[in-house]
Amino acid sequence: MALLQIAEPGMSPAPHEQRLAVGIDLGTTNSLVATVRSGGPAVLPDSLGRPLLPSVVRYHLGGKVEVGYAAQSKQAVDPKNTIASVKRFMGRGVKDVAHLESAPYDFVDAPGMLQLRTAAGVKSPVEVSSEILKVLRERAELSLQGNISGAVITVPAYFDDAQRQATKDAAQLAGLNVLRLLNEPTAAAIAYGLENAAEGIYAVYDLGGGTFDLSILKLSRGVFEVVATSGDSMLGGDDFDQRLFCWVVEQAKLPPLDARDMRLLQMKAREAKEHLTFHGEAPITARLSSGEVVDLVVDTETFCSITQTLVNKTLGPVRKALRDAGLKVEDIKGVVMVGGATRMPQVQRAVAEFFRRDPLNNLDPDKVVALGAAMQANVLAGNKPQGEDWLLLDVIPLSLGVETMGGLAEKIIARNTTIPAAKAQEFTTFKDGQTGMSFHVVQGERELVADCRSLARFELKGIPPMAAGAARVRVSYQVDADGLLHVSARESSSGVEASVTVKPSYGLADADIERMLRDSFQHAKEDMHVRALSEYRVDGRRLLEATRSALAQDGKLLAPAERQAIDAAILSLEKLLQGSEPRAIKQAVDTLNRATEEFAQRRMDAGIRRALAGKKIGSL
Amino acid sequence: MNAVAGKALTSSSLQSHFDLFGLAPAFGLDRQALEKAYLEIQSRVHPDRFAHAGDAERRASMQWTTRVNEAYRILKDPVQRAKHLLELKGIDVGFETNTQMPTDFLLRQLELREELEAAVHKKDVALLDALRSALAGEKLLLESQLAESLDRKQDLEGSTGQVRKLMFLHRLDQEIDSAYEEIE
Repeated sequence: MALLQIAEPGMSPAPHEQRLAVGIDLGTTNSLVATVRSGGPAVLPDSLGRPLLPSVVRYHLGGKVEVGYAAQSKQAVDPKNTIASVKRFMGRGVKDVAHLESAPYDFVDAPGMLQLRTAAGVKSPVEVSSEILKVLRERAELSLQGNISGAVITVPAYFDDAQRQATKDAAQLAGLNVLRLLNEPTAAAIAYGLENAAEGIYAVYDLGGGTFDLSILKLSRGVFEVVATSGDSMLGGDDFDQRLFCWVVEQAKLPPLDARDMRLLQMKAREAKEHLTFHGEAPITARLSSGEVVDLVVDTETFCSITQTLVNKTLGPVRKALRDAGLKVEDIKGVVMVGGATRMPQVQRAVAEFFRRDPLNNLDPDKVVALGAAMQANVLAGNKPQGEDWLLLDVIPLSLGVETMGGLAEKIIARNTTIPAAKAQEFTTFKDGQTGMSFHVVQGERELVADCRSLARFELKGIPPMAAGAARVRVSYQVDADGLLHVSARESSSGVEASVTVKPSYGLADADIERMLRDSFQHAKEDMHVRALSEYRVDGRRLLEATRSALAQDGKLLAPAERQAIDAAILSLEKLLQGSEPRAIKQAVDTLNRATEEFAQRRMDAGIRRALAGKKIGSL
Repeated sequence: MNAVAGKALTSSSLQSHFDLFGLAPAFGLDRQALEKAYLEIQSRVHPDRFAHAGDAERRASMQWTTRVNEAYRILKDPVQRAKHLLELKGIDVGFETNTQMPTDFLLRQLELREELEAAVHKKDVALLDALRSALAGEKLLLESQLAESLDRKQDLEGSTGQVRKLMFLHRLDQEIDSAYEEIE
């Protein structure tokens, strides 16, 4: 009952109205699902009691899919069809991925995002990720015995728009209602902050399997405010494995390896890395397909020296975030360590040295992100009474801009701007009678467009012919609470308006998603119609419930005629919900949404007035 | 509240960003009062409060949060705040076109920029640190002058000049940021 959230304190949904909401940490190496039950957050294990799900997907001939430990154990046997660390490929083209040559897959370069050729056909990273998410969704539904009403999915804070969009697409493909994309370090800060009643300025150092994030947050009672974030979305524990793998190849003077041997040695390197966390040296032994035996021992000193540059590489973003926040090392009250890769002693030492204090390790670095996401999902689902919930203010990690003359990128929304955020910029024509204008949307900090990430290109057509410089084209950037960008443009000087909305080119078109959904149903033997009906029914009931509670609370803001219109739309939706026509339900939902637009605006307005009238609102 | 209180608040019906937070328009600002009002409004309109609501409310919530964030960002930043105050009084500060500045100020700027270039050339972080703290002092001084001329003397012309100076220093600050990144 989200609308009760702005009711006065003390009101909360009765227990039977609690919605099932989960937090999902979709990690490079492992993924987890967690929920809040009887007050506390908990990770949901599989039927064998294992909390982690290895983020590995194996495709079989004929379309069968295996996910998790079963797939992981076949990595060295069936490397081409067993996809690990797919998170590295989300929203990325072939040219963007480092060490592509040592990944044992059959890549297909596709416009926007690369794809992988498997025994079950060509798969996009979005589809592979959705297989992982489906398993987690089923795990949660089995364990909670009900349908999941919504999920918070975590992403690295430093993920750009294309990577975020790809993640959201994967979740939708897995049949999840995405309540929010949440930045991983922010999720960790929620879990840490609430557990320890922390107040003050904290840094979260999050070194995962494939990504590095550094966020600085201001924690106070009931508010989590991200001040600055920085990172490297192509740096993580995998890179430490890779260094060790290269060292092994060099030491053992191995010839070029096939996919199986490569995978085998990469796994051995990872095991050795983990062993070194607790021991002074680690053995690396493997029998290659040629019969040759690799038998080496790596000691801590060697491992530290071959990975020193990686550790140092994390400190650049740390310094940058501090500068962006206008803070010094002394201002940081604590450094929360997140991500399995922070278990490496050399990482712990480097962080301790830089911040001149011992890092905080009292939460399980593998689970903290999922737990924080579950806590946020519980709030977003409206399960927390007013006063016990909190406000979360996050930022965009990278500046958003537009290409201008000479291949330069002009920034429109600066990095570390609190979201949601919007900014508009005016452009004009440079030729007499020009009727079209093209735009190139980019993301990044560099001055040249060529050094930034290209998000989308679009053209505004139908500008009435005018003298050069007379047209007024207003381009608006809107970043939503998930950190996703929507761009629109309109020409307004002549009263003629044209408007276009673009989706980043790395995001999938709705048609693609529909095709993938249809493909996946053919295997699951589910019926699209049944699924659509059930989804629209859930949507419809949610909207009815929200509208009723809004009317109960603020119905007095409406004139009788306005009230009648809304009541009529409610009645019509109620009636159609009894039937089984998905399209009719969808239309009635749209009608009710339109009928309540003005009411929604007035309620926001009233909310602001109440806030300014100095009424006590919870803990704020 | 009146049943049909008329149209919802729109940007045009609001006099200024200060109004949104119930604050008097002034350069000298009670940061705590601003933050408190900001958080109170956010706790009512933020999209996280409407994650389960209908499309209309979700959209209205995003529009409002966006607007509140923008107003907060402007008021928090001394340069933007001063610019906004002058705009409310009908003065377009016109940074791009009108850049006559006092000679001594411009000479000092040249000097600071030379120091910056030298620091980058020598890859000397300590020099950058020193430059930054010198700059911070100059900014503080200008800000206190601005509070005097804008709030107490109502000297709009003088204020405009000071805002321009502050803009210069702000730009230099950004260049120092890039310099740090270049050195690293």
